[in-house]
Amino acid sequence: MKFSIYRFDPEAGDKPSMQGYELDLVDKPHVRMLLDALIELKAVDESLSFRRSCREGVCGSDGMNINGRNGLACITPLADLAEPVVVRPLPGLPVIRDLIVDLTQFYTQYRAVKPWLVNHDPEPETERAQTPAERAELDGLYECILCACCSTACPSFWWNPDRFLGPAALLQAWRFLADSRDQDTGERLDGLEDPYRLFRCHTIMNCTDVCPKGLNPTRAIGKIKQMLLKRAG
Amino acid sequence: MKPARRRFDCLVIGAGGGGLRAALQLAQSDIHVAVVSKVFPTRSHTVAAQGGMNAALGNVTPDNWHWHMYDTVKGSDYLGDQDAIEYMCRAASRLVVELEHFGVPFTRLDNGHIYQRPFGGQSQNFGGEQAARTCAAADRTGHAILHALYQQNIRAKTHFFDEFFALDLIRDEEGFVLGALALEIETGEPLLIEAKTTLLATGGAGRMYRTTTNALINTGDGMGMALRAGIPLEDMEFQQFHPTGIAGAGMLITEGVRGEGGYLINRDGERFMERYAPHAKDLASRDVVSRAIAIEIRDDRGCGPQKDHVLLKLDHLGADIIKSRLPGIRESAIRFAGTDPIEQPIPVYPTLHYTMGGIPTDRHGQVVIPEKTGPEEAVPGLYAVGECACVSVHGANRLGGNSLLDIVVFGRAAGNHIVQYLDEHRFHRALDAAQVDRAMQRLARWEAHGDGESVPTLYNELRQIMEQYCGVFRSQEVLDEGLSKVRRIRERLIDARLQDHSRVFNTARIEALELENLVEIALATVSSAAARTESRGAHSRVDYPDRDDVNWMKHTLYTTDSEPLDYKPVRMRPMSVDAFPPKERVY
Ligand SMILES: Cc1cc2nc3c(=O)[nH]c(=O)nc-3n(C[C@H](O)[C@H](O)[C@H](O)COP(=O)(O)OP(=O)(O)OC[C@H]3O[C@@H](n4cnc5c(N)ncnc54)[C@H](O)[C@@H]3O)c2cc1C
Ligand code: SF4
Ligand code: SF4
Ligand code: FES
Repeated sequence: MKFSIYRFDPEAGDKPSMQGYELDLVDKPHVRMLLDALIELKAVDESLSFRRSCREGVCGSDGMNINGRNGLACITPLADLAEPVVVRPLPGLPVIRDLIVDLTQFYTQYRAVKPWLVNHDPEPETERAQTPAERAELDGLYECILCACCSTACPSFWWNPDRFLGPAALLQAWRFLADSRDQDTGERLDGLEDPYRLFRCHTIMNCTDVCPKGLNPTRAIGKIKQMLLKRAG
Repeated sequence: MKPARRRFDCLVIGAGGGGLRAALQLAQSDIHVAVVSKVFPTRSHTVAAQGGMNAALGNVTPDNWHWHMYDTVKGSDYLGDQDAIEYMCRAASRLVVELEHFGVPFTRLDNGHIYQRPFGGQSQNFGGEQAARTCAAADRTGHAILHALYQQNIRAKTHFFDEFFALDLIRDEEGFVLGALALEIETGEPLLIEAKTTLLATGGAGRMYRTTTNALINTGDGMGMALRAGIPLEDMEFQQFHPTGIAGAGMLITEGVRGEGGYLINRDGERFMERYAPHAKDLASRDVVSRAIAIEIRDDRGCGPQKDHVLLKLDHLGADIIKSRLPGIRESAIRFAGTDPIEQPIPVYPTLHYTMGGIPTDRHGQVVIPEKTGPEEAVPGLYAVGECACVSVHGANRLGGNSLLDIVVFGRAAGNHIVQYLDEHRFHRALDAAQVDRAMQRLARWEAHGDGESVPTLYNELRQIMEQYCGVFRSQEVLDEGLSKVRRIRERLIDARLQDHSRVFNTARIEALELENLVEIALATVSSAAARTESRGAHSRVDYPDRDDVNWMKHTLYTTDSEPLDYKPVRMRPMSVDAFPPKERVY
């Protein structure tokens, strides 16, 4: 199978380039996903660099751009990919080396939405009750693995890196707004009421298209907008 | 070259559930704490835990902590320390509730309380009816807990060193641990982190086996660091094989599937667990179910053209239950086994899952070793919690759902003890340059250029050897052969070379450093297994099929290059209740 992989070595001082690789898949039934193939290639060319951990789509380490589309290497079957498989780092962020990008901005945006539960009532002895219906509001939100596939597919994120929060952070903002146990709604909304932080989203849907966990940041953003409108109205 | 330096009151190495729970306790007590992790915190392996966390809340079936304690002692095949087990089971309910307050989105019952599912080895009333004790957030409980703990830590302003790789502990002549040397992965620069207290929370070492449910980062680094600092590892022969890894691939299918009513079948469609565990059936302890599967396959009742796996059937649960309670499992099965469990059973095989053994600690998380005065003398300034540690609450076999509990209970306990220790030890001790040089040697060694075997070659061979020579069933002959094979790998590793000597984000170098740890831990595992001539929990010897309480009610202690092995007694005395004396273990 043929691959064309983005290479960048900051110490060599060269410009980034695409490097061709070939992998013989005969007698390698265990090589099923793109990540398996990258690991095989690295066993031969150890300078090839990428992040990985869980190898099952739950840790969010190996987001990359695969044949033009952001996704997780570990759950992208080789069988579904056209050759040569073109692998690039996630777009729109500084590249540290090869497929490894600098996620500082992405994490800063995540922290900016205060992604933690706030409840000012005295702590009860037992759990805070939540009905199954209230809990169901969190499905499709809490599962985010912070892989950055969505944000780095979003044009608004590319063009307004320090002002627009991006779909991943906004999905988390909504995760707490939607939680029946959270009491910080007012402050959370104040933090988002700004022409850029939230409203730069133009509902292009790239984020929802690429999310490897099937989450829907566009809808979450829509819900926040609705909530703000309702508050204003 | 002298590395840059930073100073903290406490250095936590590892940002999984164990490290983050401890860090939170410290940050909330205004301790100057730093957390070092080789991956961004939410990429730690805790994120992969599926089924849930045990606590006798009694939301679904009647329950109390004492029954939970009984089940844990029995599950451990009586090798668990009963004081630590009592402590953990007593604390469980309070800590689950606390996690809920931190924001964990637990699945709910109609009355608004936390949903609990049955898991293996759980009973009411000391061995009676099945209990439902495992608190779950669908089948993504680890993800839910890890993210909530990380979020609370950002709120508490814990200092994080993300993507820093810890190389070695710094320990002075008097035995005090003074921090650690780490490598900033992005720049390739070493950083010396001085700390009055150091907590290891680096997780398990499942990667020493070829087929495993563990993440690629689970290379037992903290255990390797401990060994190099002269600290023994406890009970390393006890490695848990999870009955239901996806055959051939290793991804985990949670025990929660059987808790929800799924069961195992062989080639004839027989629900074979009824023969091995008439009472608990598919929810017997993991060691029992794993052995049963291995026997079915050995006796030619395996499924598939190679007859090399059994099937986990759950289609009878119906699409609704599968979609609402086991969505992640369905995703994994479709992806890695190519079957949708709503329609077809999942092919499964026992897969290396959990390291019961580890760095010996007491129930405050203090690392305790045999030194001058007794078998359990504290190493000043050093703590360990979670899968890298051995408290020991899991003994010879961990119960499902007890590890997420272990990490929060002892993470918190260690945090509290560190606060106390810092009160009595207010100053940094002088750092010995020779110790730092020794740690720097680990990096220098890989600077050597030239030809030599590659790291992946040795890594793959090691994992193959462990699978073949130290698997579910063991014997003297096979273990002895395995031991000499692992020793050979260790010798070859000395001459292994890196081709890539760059500094920036050199992942090949990280893999080399990880392999050094894995090899030492594999040696500890096989040596300990070869010495234990009995069968107990996850350690099954075909040549010694019975448990031998007369000679082997004791914990193994392995120290690098020191023979013979050392042993220490099991702590049979609980904190307040009567001990559970060893009984025959039937399910
Ligand atoms: C697939 C799977 C499912 C599971 N499901 C359950 C379940 O349902 N219930 C249950 O109770 N248990 C379950 N377990 C077990 C449980 O998840 C783990 O035992 C537990 O999460 C371990 O937590 P930890 O904090 O000890 O370590 P980890 O979460 O493994 O964290 C280790 C940390 O140490 C860091 N680290 C390691 N080495 C270094 C180094 N050299 N330098 C710097 N940092 C380092 C890592 O970056 C990471 O942050 C499961 C395990 C697996 C594999
Ligand atoms: S919908 Fe909004 S957030 Fe998503 S890609 Fe488009 S602009 Fe970005
Ligand atoms: S929303 Fe989806 S794509 Fe975006 S970070 Fe979360 S998991 Fe990744
Ligand atoms: S390696 Fe964890 S998501 Fe791919």
